[in-house]
Amino acid sequence: MASPPHFYAIVDRLMPWLIAIFVLLVLAGLYDGLFLAPADYQQGDSYRIIFIHVPSAWMSLFIYVVMALAGAIGLVWRIKLAEIVAISSAPVGASFTFIALLTGSLWGKPMWGTWWVWDARLTSELILLFLYLGVMGLYNAIDDKRAASRAVAILALVGVVNIPIIHYSVEWWSTLHQGPTVTKIDKPSIHISMLIPLLLMAVAFKFFYIIAMLQRAQTELLLREQNAQWVKAITGLGVDDELA
Amino acid sequence: MMNWHEFFAMGGYAFYVWSAYGVTFIVLLINFILPVLQRHRFFRQQVLKQKRQKS
Repeated sequence: MASPPHFYAIVDRLMPWLIAIFVLLVLAGLYDGLFLAPADYQQGDSYRIIFIHVPSAWMSLFIYVVMALAGAIGLVWRIKLAEIVAISSAPVGASFTFIALLTGSLWGKPMWGTWWVWDARLTSELILLFLYLGVMGLYNAIDDKRAASRAVAILALVGVVNIPIIHYSVEWWSTLHQGPTVTKIDKPSIHISMLIPLLLMAVAFKFFYIIAMLQRAQTELLLREQNAQWVKAITGLGVDDELA
Repeated sequence: MMNWHEFFAMGGYAFYVWSAYGVTFIVLLINFILPVLQRHRFFRQQVLKQKRQKS
């Protein structure tokens, strides 16, 4: 599993299945969220934005933790695949963070009357976006990719302090942003007809992360190992060399 | 079951709901396609390199 050619081949074989599961989940989630779930008694149909907003926000935190953990593993054990998983997670995490911010804004305008407030939740989520962009920029700025991976891992690990701040921001500071409704310890204060599409979309987005991250990891692996024999075999170079 | 017009109107929140969903799926699509394109470009470059080496 840890050898690059093996990893590349396994991802090739898994990809159609992952995509099929993602498409099924997302179609079910959209149908459930946009057609079946009733309108909210206070927010009307605008609340349907939560079915992408909340899962994206969850993913923005989840991917960051995965990226920092993979970075740490790469840093300590010098495992190339861990480095590649870390850097391949960054653009996907940045995308979900952007989606969380944008859909939040599109929900905030009709409900709060404003696109944006500089409160703890929104600001710490914006900092998360900058952390992702910083990781991507730093990686691209260093030519030696092994060194770049180490630098990126350290930056990602330092940024981990932001994760609990985002999570608890709605409890520590007073804010326009509502508190958690699903992850409350006793009982979620969300109706089951709204909870099901939310969870469907959450699982779908998790699959999307796996798909997009693995696609990037494959490409990154090819670029990093372009002189290795297994890459030449895939591109057809190795075979022709032997014939010539 | 509501009718289609009502569905697209989203109770008056059509702009907010549909732009949220629209941008989300555009961003996801870009995430999916970009690394695939990048890989194709890599394969093309490798083939060109091979041709250059041969001539």
